[in-house]
Amino acid sequence: MVIEQISVFVENKQGALSEVLEVLAEGKIDLRAISIADTSDFGILRMIVPDPDKTLALLKAKGITASKTEVTGCKLPDEPGALYRVLKTLEGISVEYIYAFLTRRDEDAYVIIRVEDNERAQEVLRAAGHTIIGSEDVYSL
Amino acid sequence: MWQPEIETMPRESIRALQEERFLRTWNHIWDRAPAQRGLLQAAGIGRGDVKSLSDIVKLPFTDKKAFADNYPFGLFAVPQEEVIRLHGTSGTTGKPAMGGYTAGDMAVWKDLIARVCAAAGVTKRDLAQVSFGYGLFTGGFGLHQGLEHMGVCVLPMSAGQTEKQLMMMRDMGATVLVSTPSYALYLSEAVREHGIKDQLKLRVGLFGGEGHTPEMAAQIEENLGITATSNYGLCELTGPGVSGECLFREGMHIAEDHFYTEIIDPETGAVLPEGETGELVVTPLTREALPLIRYRTKDITRVTYERCRCGRTHVRMDPTLGRSDDMLIIRGVNVFPSQIESVLIRQEHIGPHYLLVVRREGVTDTLEVQVELIDGSVLESFGMLEKIKHTIQSRIKDILGLTVKVTLVAPQTIERFMGKARRVKDER
Repeated sequence: MVIEQISVFVENKQGALSEVLEVLAEGKIDLRAISIADTSDFGILRMIVPDPDKTLALLKAKGITASKTEVTGCKLPDEPGALYRVLKTLEGISVEYIYAFLTRRDEDAYVIIRVEDNERAQEVLRAAGHTIIGSEDVYSL
Repeated sequence: MWQPEIETMPRESIRALQEERFLRTWNHIWDRAPAQRGLLQAAGIGRGDVKSLSDIVKLPFTDKKAFADNYPFGLFAVPQEEVIRLHGTSGTTGKPAMGGYTAGDMAVWKDLIARVCAAAGVTKRDLAQVSFGYGLFTGGFGLHQGLEHMGVCVLPMSAGQTEKQLMMMRDMGATVLVSTPSYALYLSEAVREHGIKDQLKLRVGLFGGEGHTPEMAAQIEENLGITATSNYGLCELTGPGVSGECLFREGMHIAEDHFYTEIIDPETGAVLPEGETGELVVTPLTREALPLIRYRTKDITRVTYERCRCGRTHVRMDPTLGRSDDMLIIRGVNVFPSQIESVLIRQEHIGPHYLLVVRREGVTDTLEVQVELIDGSVLESFGMLEKIKHTIQSRIKDILGLTVKVTLVAPQTIERFMGKARRVKDER
């Protein structure tokens, strides 16, 4: 069970992020979760959206560099130490990046985890009693 | 071959022909080109100082400044009523250098172009799309009339309107593309994006008007499924047709029956031996309207007199490394944009267009290389993106010994050029 995520290359200059967001706004794309990581000259915007294929096509049509990847979603209680327990479980698996989001729908928190091998990470997480969520779960939040 | 008897002439016959034609040009200048005569006299040279071609080394060079000082027609050796065509350089640094042609010059030029086209494998069964700009620039009209002279069907598209270029290329079944390499690259990317390569009949590209690296040619070849050939010329020296590659692509054959060439050290002006890299100096041997003595092209190249596998005996020049005008001096290092281009074009995940920005920070010159990131698959890790930057950086360091800053920018943000590319922004 994986979640499809869209990654977008954003130049580190004024207006670059707005340009991307404008495309998404015009396409009426509902952003479920976003994260931005940056270096001194560029950033990468990552997001979870209900229709990743359409989003990707919209971005590419505008000549924006973007890609789609599969990531693991995990549901965890919104309390101190919860994220630590998730990561502790993943010891030995290298995590490329991670970001969290909350919803209005329930009391829980959600994390998006990017690992090389989703299947193995999910197996480990499930074995430790964590709840894995898929695309459907996120879109219905 | 278009003129096999000339193109395969024994070297001693070429030399004899050059000898005779040079002396004729020398007398033509003294008889009919007052401004050039004045320049020679000012350098202390008299008509009798030249007895043979070997005396040429004693003569002063002619440079672009002479064109500016004598703008527009001062250097001409015929009155304007004998001139039937004018062309000019792009004149990026002021007024263009004007070239004039008599009816005789035009006839020679057509043959020069036909030689270059035939060497690239073009025959009268071809359909050539000319995507050089038509106008003052010698490229458009030059290739056009030379191709027509051969009996090739010419599709005069000029540069620009990329969508229409592709439509005509496909619908007319063009087999030959004539353009600057930067525009060919741009068109070839559009072909790739539209996925129409299989619908095209293109087989040969004739690229000129500016230099390009073998790596860039390879990219164009892959995108279009063609054989890319280079040709060379300058408006001051007639235009394209001075030299061009045959299908062995081991240097551009210079039309030595019309041009005498030397390679000099651009600093000292000393003539360099065969095989050494330096500035190309050309003395046209048959021009009526605009004969010149030892014109400094500013183009850096190398020549070989070895007979080519194609059978042609005329001297071959390497594709130009760049113009000495384009050469940047950064922290004391000589940098040709083409050297950086050769690194960029074989780098995966990035596009072929680039911009070099030179700045002065305090007392230090810095060079920033901007390239477009086009492949989204590397967005998954900063490590991969950093690796792209580091690979480019270290390859440039290997070639130039210079550490540059590499910046990844978004696709389509670097300017595209329909004619000659301008890839350097010097902010010093």
